[in-house]
Amino acid sequence: MMSTQDVKLMAHLMRRAGFSATRSELEKFLDKGYEQTVEDLLSPGDPGNMPDDLIRRYHVEQSELRELSGAGAYWLYRMITTNNPLEEKLTLFWHGLFATGYAKLNQARALLNQIDMFRSYGLGNFKDLLIKLSQDPAMIIWLDNNDNHKDAINENYGRELLELFSMGIGNYTEDDVKECARAFTGWTLKNAEYMAMRAGKDSIWPYGRIAWHYEYRNDDHDEGKKTFLGHEGNFNGEDVIQIIVDQHATAKFVATRLFQFFASDDVDSESHDQVISEMVDAYFDSGYEIKAVLRTLFNSDYFKSQECMYSRVKGPVESVVGTARLAGSYQQPHLDVDKLWFQTMFMGQGVLAPPTVEGWHEGVEWIDSGSLVERVNYAAKEFGDTTKSGVRDIITRLSRTYSEQINVPDLVDGCLDLIGPIQVGDNTRDSLIDFVSEFSDNNVLDISSFDSKGSKCVAQTLGLIASTREYQLA
Amino acid sequence: MEKRQKSLVVVQLSGGNDYLNTVVPYGDDDYYDFRKTVRIEQSDVLQIDKMYGFNPHLSPIKALYDQGKVAVINGIGYDNPNRSHFRSMDIWHTALPDEIGSEGWLGRVIRELDPKSENVLTGVNFGRGLPRALGVRGVPVASVGNLETYGLFTDMQDEAEKSLALRAFTHMYGGMGKDSVMEYLGQTGRDALKGADILRTAPAKYSSTIEYANNSVAQNMKSMAQVLLADLGTRVFYTQHGSFDTHSGEIISHAKLWDEVSGAVADFYDDLKEHGRDEEVIVMIFSEFGRRIKDNGSGTDHGSGGVAFVIGSDIKGGMYGQYPSIKQADQLEGDLHFNNDFRSTYSTIIDDWFGLDSVPIVNGQFEKFDFVKA
Repeated sequence: MMSTQDVKLMAHLMRRAGFSATRSELEKFLDKGYEQTVEDLLSPGDPGNMPDDLIRRYHVEQSELRELSGAGAYWLYRMITTNNPLEEKLTLFWHGLFATGYAKLNQARALLNQIDMFRSYGLGNFKDLLIKLSQDPAMIIWLDNNDNHKDAINENYGRELLELFSMGIGNYTEDDVKECARAFTGWTLKNAEYMAMRAGKDSIWPYGRIAWHYEYRNDDHDEGKKTFLGHEGNFNGEDVIQIIVDQHATAKFVATRLFQFFASDDVDSESHDQVISEMVDAYFDSGYEIKAVLRTLFNSDYFKSQECMYSRVKGPVESVVGTARLAGSYQQPHLDVDKLWFQTMFMGQGVLAPPTVEGWHEGVEWIDSGSLVERVNYAAKEFGDTTKSGVRDIITRLSRTYSEQINVPDLVDGCLDLIGPIQVGDNTRDSLIDFVSEFSDNNVLDISSFDSKGSKCVAQTLGLIASTREYQLA
Repeated sequence: MEKRQKSLVVVQLSGGNDYLNTVVPYGDDDYYDFRKTVRIEQSDVLQIDKMYGFNPHLSPIKALYDQGKVAVINGIGYDNPNRSHFRSMDIWHTALPDEIGSEGWLGRVIRELDPKSENVLTGVNFGRGLPRALGVRGVPVASVGNLETYGLFTDMQDEAEKSLALRAFTHMYGGMGKDSVMEYLGQTGRDALKGADILRTAPAKYSSTIEYANNSVAQNMKSMAQVLLADLGTRVFYTQHGSFDTHSGEIISHAKLWDEVSGAVADFYDDLKEHGRDEEVIVMIFSEFGRRIKDNGSGTDHGSGGVAFVIGSDIKGGMYGQYPSIKQADQLEGDLHFNNDFRSTYSTIIDDWFGLDSVPIVNGQFEKFDFVKA
């Protein structure tokens, strides 16, 4: 028999390691138990997502990738329909950290391939991930490593690799930046002239966007001696990355960023420092395995504590995708998925279009009056529709638990339970009860059919719950 | 005629605008030596004098300059320049170069203009996502993506249900928050509700002969004109455009960006002029840093020392500050030396335009310019 406490904890895990979970999903996870669920999340199997052939029958724009929104929508489908929520959530994390944007590339195929690379390497070894990142064609163009030549370095990638992708500012010198850039000379795009010509024509014909490929050009690599972070040698990119991943600053940086994304926006207590230091240990003990770092986090007492719950502001993508998954939207191809991408953009986070290489400002900065208005309107619309499978499931469960005639407080508490469970303040609960009371003229509501007034009231109540302050937190 | 209150429009050029290719030192041979490919040819420059001239894609701004409406702030920056976008933009936003600040300078201006937060629309950002410059906890700032559709529960068809939902929302966001995040969410929700009701009225009141271009900065400046002309009490308007991070392919992208920005600013100015409101508004254009003196063959890397513009009918046009020397010996690690702190420009606007005390807002006393007409 599962306790309320267990459901609460599992819902918390799934808000963080995934994009929220429906009650049916939670029940399956609870049968397995917390630790086994963590292991399963860390070892993704068949994603079981909406298949490409189905998507492409409906969405020519997601096949030809003429526009960014089609590519973004393609990824949103994946997030909404995957059976590997952590794989996608972590991919979103890497996308925010190694933020590569469409504006400069005008090549969504290359971006989607980068996202796929994050899927393949994101849970693995951080050294491998940095090597793949340095060889990623979208990244090469994004940070100009194609212009980083033996006789004329372009330090853009070398700098951001140190500042934004691994160690953080203050842990290296300007000379290290230059030496790092030298080590990555010759890491470039294959067949660059042809690709530049195609990009110039902005052509998608005849096969849609074609992939970009990496090429190492020995003749453009600076073979000279380099001094990097106190080490000397004729370093190539891999050697520099080995030095980087061995730095304590790197372990601390990666652990802290993962902690902020999965555990708490602010790092401001001893218990936070404690968990981060355990994550740093896991990083070195495992030989830079991200999976080990995350396992340490999810199984920590702090992560499971009340203090950790609701200590993050949901980002726009996790909010939009979470709501879609709970409401049961977009399980089948739907043309509005394109609008869904714009929706996340309006809330301040268009995937594949981060504002700068430094990704998004997160936490409470996600929220301003404009983005909050977008969040409320989107969530109220998704849940306010009794034809959605997730909404129907909640109505069915309510009628099973209570009865087809449901009184006001039971309806409110039942909705709060089944949409989360989500904890709300007394003021919020009272306001919801007032809303339902007025909606129903204080009568007991009939939820025997999906088009009854009571069922519609359930849907509006779910929409209103998704408009609360509490729902903005994960 | 009733004397109206003064307003400020800020246009942020995100990504680091290339100063040397914006106000071009075309009379300096060194410029052409350092800029082998990413350069503006002498014959294309819109001359200011024998040494300097505007990039041809600033021609609408040049036209305003010729009318004496544009102050060009040359060599603007701050000591120990930071070449990280994020950090440098934060420095400009918080007016704190040496420590991490949490309050935006314009948020503080808004707090001084409206100390009791009587108007949730004293500051309005046009675009998605609030810039840190406007952010001070407890100071309401509306952030408007699309002026036409701004509001809550817009998809609820049944008016009676919608009004119940709005009432519930008001109650839910009215309660005390258990911590600062919940407090902030509550305040933001209440402000959104109030601001939306007022802002939605602006487009209907607007009429103009000006046709703004169909790009984001032009449309955002059109929305600014609509809000300004609707007299909603907005004093600080903000928007951003980019990306000016032109590491490669700069000549093409930089030209397009400036076509858009200078066209939008000139249309906005003309719009205000048409309505006889041009003397109430100044426009400040800035970027987080300039770019390296030597080009990289196709673009330019992050640099220091930049240019800002302040534009309006009540501005004394001309060249301010000094154009930094680009000679090898005078360079700062390949970049321009700044010669006036950006907080001098802020202070001039705060003191001489708004009539406030700049010292607590910009965290110190800075020598002012005299670009604001007395």
